[in-house]
Amino acid sequence: MLTRIRTALRDQPKATPVPRDYDHTRDLGDVIEVLAERVADYRAAVHRVQADRLPVWIDALLDARGARRIAVPADLPADWLNDELTWLVDRPPLSIETLDGCDGVLTGCAVAIAETGTIVLDAGVAQGRRALTLLPDYHLCVVRADQVVATVPEALARLDPVRPLTFISGPSATSDIELDRVEGVHGPRTLEVLIVEG
Amino acid sequence: MVVRNPVTWLGTPAFPKAAKDALANTQLRRNLRNATSTIRGKRAAAVAELPDWERLRAAGAAIKDEVLANLDTYLIRLEAAVTARGGTVHWARDAAEANAIALRLIRATGETEVVKVKSMATAEIGLNEALAEGGVTAIETDLAELIVQLGEDRPSHILVPAIHRNRAEIKEIFQRAMPDVPADLTSEPRALAEAARRHLRRKFLSAKVAISGANFGVAETGSIVVVESEGNGRMCLTLPETLITVMGIEKVVPSWPDLEVFLQLLPRSSTAERMNPYTSVWTGVTPGDGPQAFHLILLDNGRTATLADEVGRQSLRCIRCSACLNVCPVYERTGGEAYGSVYPGPIGAILTPQLVNDPKDKQAASLPFASSLCGACYEVCPVSINIPEVLTHLRARVVENKSSLAPEAIAMRALAWVMADAKRFERAQQAGTLARFLGRDGKITRLPWPGSKWTDVRDVPVPPAESFRSWWRRTRGDQ
Repeated sequence: MLTRIRTALRDQPKATPVPRDYDHTRDLGDVIEVLAERVADYRAAVHRVQADRLPVWIDALLDARGARRIAVPADLPADWLNDELTWLVDRPPLSIETLDGCDGVLTGCAVAIAETGTIVLDAGVAQGRRALTLLPDYHLCVVRADQVVATVPEALARLDPVRPLTFISGPSATSDIELDRVEGVHGPRTLEVLIVEG
Repeated sequence: MVVRNPVTWLGTPAFPKAAKDALANTQLRRNLRNATSTIRGKRAAAVAELPDWERLRAAGAAIKDEVLANLDTYLIRLEAAVTARGGTVHWARDAAEANAIALRLIRATGETEVVKVKSMATAEIGLNEALAEGGVTAIETDLAELIVQLGEDRPSHILVPAIHRNRAEIKEIFQRAMPDVPADLTSEPRALAEAARRHLRRKFLSAKVAISGANFGVAETGSIVVVESEGNGRMCLTLPETLITVMGIEKVVPSWPDLEVFLQLLPRSSTAERMNPYTSVWTGVTPGDGPQAFHLILLDNGRTATLADEVGRQSLRCIRCSACLNVCPVYERTGGEAYGSVYPGPIGAILTPQLVNDPKDKQAASLPFASSLCGACYEVCPVSINIPEVLTHLRARVVENKSSLAPEAIAMRALAWVMADAKRFERAQQAGTLARFLGRDGKITRLPWPGSKWTDVRDVPVPPAESFRSWWRRTRGDQ
């Protein structure tokens, strides 16, 4: 095949240098505000909270859903968890059945992109392996203010491409029926985001 | 023996005939008009949001041209990076080779059922059919692909293959073909999506082998990218033990930062969103996370032939966003099936004949003519493929390949003879004005043969009562 490619390129086409004058960053004003608004555009719930109030918020949100059995990565910060709920810690790895049957999952994230309302997971601290955030029907995701960037190029610059990455922009959705957007086909049908400041 | 390239469907008629049948289907035209006009409006808004759109477009086109100009180098680099991270790379010259590799890999796992992420590359090589012949059932997990598969139908759009179906038709298909369909299923999109979710859930949780395509492959790092909406992609890419990815060789990009361009161009152009719900990136295998065996099949299947054509090679920039379909007045009226190819619409009209690469294939040869050359497709293309330029280039190629006894060739020779002499030309013009009695309201809708070949598909304006030459002679004859 390489021979065929080289034969096809006999005319030695010269590519012009790639113009990189597109915007790498952009002044969006308050990026936290923009992120909150754009995530909400996907019909995901967003809350802005102060750092010291985070555990209270986590409790309240899980309680409001009646969620009791929550999957969590093994390295979630201990102060996010309280004693009243059943935390299913992913060590040793939880079975597919356990993940499928639990009430939700609680994770952090690697980066969040304000302009597109995207949260990126890279299997790093407080995120766990990919199946964790895929099978439970409810995903509660904590985003620290310092993890928020304005644009896609800024986000990619912060990420390591050889880690398994998942970019999430709102809950699972389809537009396959008459191009009418419906939330929730195979991934988590509810995404809730806590943006932590201070 | 020459094996047929499955990118076109066996037995489909040439475009003019298929289009005529499609035009008679008023339900299809209504479904398409609603869908394409909705998405056109949304796309324009999503694009207008980015002040640097034209600069991103220029960067996207330049990155793709850089890849194409040095395709051998980047593919070798990609192979080395994937292998270094525990993946295995296979090279497939055509559909038959790719299908055989996939079947061999599946058989080695002992499985007879695989789950699939929607992928144009696997549709192009007819993978599902080839696997079925080898005793393996491939289950489509994208909602639209599932609708097409259960309806024993053909896809009609690159992005939303079931765009020709409305909710009532989809409900009927589910009730007929989905074994565990809820008794009280309604035609509400939400209820239909829920039925599909339940139908596929068990398959996802038990699947051992998955097959996907790839939107991008990063040469520098070996990272593969799949862009999707529903989460069925994540299911297939994460839960099974073995993952087989079929990737067209033109999908490689040089380095990681190049993705920052395409992750902005693609979602806004295709589904008119700021970002699609899910994008997955993986590199080889990651211990303890996702499939532990990863195979990447690099597919040629007519791409090197396309690359060899200096005008046509820009078609390989395509990132399969389908924006060109949604703006095309021809596509909007005929729908995708009339093109008889897995790649319909304007991009299909240039990509299909090049991938088929057989000048004797009449159906593929008819596709460059399936256009009014209005140029709307070029305007929306996020990687600036000059589709009208390639269309006219391919039309010329079709004409060159025609015999000197073809009706067009004879007509053109006759016309050349007439126009070569002023007297002859004038007499022909006088004869032309005779056709006036055939017309009504300024147009002629029916001419006798061979003119009927033209009037079967379009009207002819009535010739003027007097030619310019005779008018000049009458009014200024003395000057």
